[in-house]
Amino acid sequence: MNHSAMTYLHIAVLGLQGAVFEHITATSRAMQTLGLFGDARWAKNRAEVEAADGVIIPGGESTTICNLIEKSGLRDLLLQKPVFGTCAGLVLLAKQGDGQVEKTGQRLLERMDFAVNRNAFGRQRESFQTDIEFESNAGHDLQTRPFPGVFIRAPAIEKTWGDCHVLARLDGKIIAAEQGDCLATAFHPELTDDTRIHEYFLQKVAQRS
Amino acid sequence: MKTGTDLVKKGFAHMQKGGVIMDVTTAEQAKLAEDAGAVAVMVLERVPADIRAAGGIARMADPARIKSVMGTVTIPIMAKARIGHFAEAQVLQSIGVDMIDESEVLSVADAEQHIDKRAFTIPFVCGARNLGEALRRINEGAAMIRTKGEPGTGDVSQAVLHVRVLQREIAELKTMESGDLEDKAEELRVPLELVQKTKELGRLPVVNFAAGGIATPADAALMMQLGVDGVFVGSGIFKSDNPAAYAKAIVEATLHFDKPDVVARVSENLGQPMKGLEKPDIRMQDRGR
Repeated sequence: MNHSAMTYLHIAVLGLQGAVFEHITATSRAMQTLGLFGDARWAKNRAEVEAADGVIIPGGESTTICNLIEKSGLRDLLLQKPVFGTCAGLVLLAKQGDGQVEKTGQRLLERMDFAVNRNAFGRQRESFQTDIEFESNAGHDLQTRPFPGVFIRAPAIEKTWGDCHVLARLDGKIIAAEQGDCLATAFHPELTDDTRIHEYFLQKVAQRS
Repeated sequence: MKTGTDLVKKGFAHMQKGGVIMDVTTAEQAKLAEDAGAVAVMVLERVPADIRAAGGIARMADPARIKSVMGTVTIPIMAKARIGHFAEAQVLQSIGVDMIDESEVLSVADAEQHIDKRAFTIPFVCGARNLGEALRRINEGAAMIRTKGEPGTGDVSQAVLHVRVLQREIAELKTMESGDLEDKAEELRVPLELVQKTKELGRLPVVNFAAGGIATPADAALMMQLGVDGVFVGSGIFKSDNPAAYAKAIVEATLHFDKPDVVARVSENLGQPMKGLEKPDIRMQDRGR
């Protein structure tokens, strides 16, 4: 793409199901903090996803979202763009699923070199909030202070390989990772006021654009 | 680590948005719902239309039935407790369901008090017909509101009525000054902050689904266009001619509610919807105010 001095970023929040509005709000706030020009929009069809420089796959039910990605014919577009996935979105980015993923016949996007454990943190009763420490080599200012982690029926990354880098762990489980222009968190930054992870993703998208 | 916080409970409801939650009675029905794209299933002994037909006292489902569904599907599981029946709710929490519906579809256990939902780790959804009912339930700790319809009738009119009533009352808040808001809070028997928050947001401060009488893809599209966050479908799927086709079609119509051509396409050749009931003997919606 040919850009003048100031890049304008279109971020599409995949709006099939889940916490879409919260990601749009968080992304808009992150753009303001970074002083970036751009917008974050609800995207349900091919044209809306195609127009975006980066895509956020929100939390929701991964079985449902996966099913709707296939039905809406969005899969190939999601293989090309920078993608930030939270919770269900993390599950979809995995290269390797687990028994649960197989049971429901989900076709993952396989963008990142990690194996996912879909219900690593249990059911809703076990869902929790806790402060997260990012690894010291995590980019932006993620490692400067704890991040408020909201885990809802959350998955975890079992293991990574290849070019996938671990960004944060909790009790020995991997809960955030990145690979090239893809980013995944097991928790929900969009439900908090802390926009640092959204800012980090926007920087990835801006670098590529 | 803190479990059962307000944010974790309300957050769960946010993950359901844009989705369809389907009533099921067996593991096979739950599998059908999951395959069709439901975001969660509600496990019952009988769907509301059959509860009407059977009469008698309607209670929480058999825990063995709920567990069998939990072992079959990966989407969240919800189950109903009678209004005010906190012991049924304790049982549901102990089994590990993901959300409890304190529901007027079942018989009422306590005519004076709803369950103290803040005492629970798992979130609750409750029914409401107007702003007062909704804010009282939220104040009791509900993480999600269903605007009520008339369950088991296949008649969407009551679901429409209560969404409209709620919206009108929220619009009225916007014109009110602080003194009026205090009076309103007193009239509705809720804290002033809750009324102020609703006024500021221009909507309920929790996720708001529609329920009761939704039986076709167009019904779902209607409710979504009226501004709800998602829909519950009770008898509408498994009392129709072709449950698998209806389930898929209602999921697609809920997603593409603003695209009449999509709603038209998914509505083709579905067979008969649930028969429905125009003048029900029992008004379930009157339970729990």
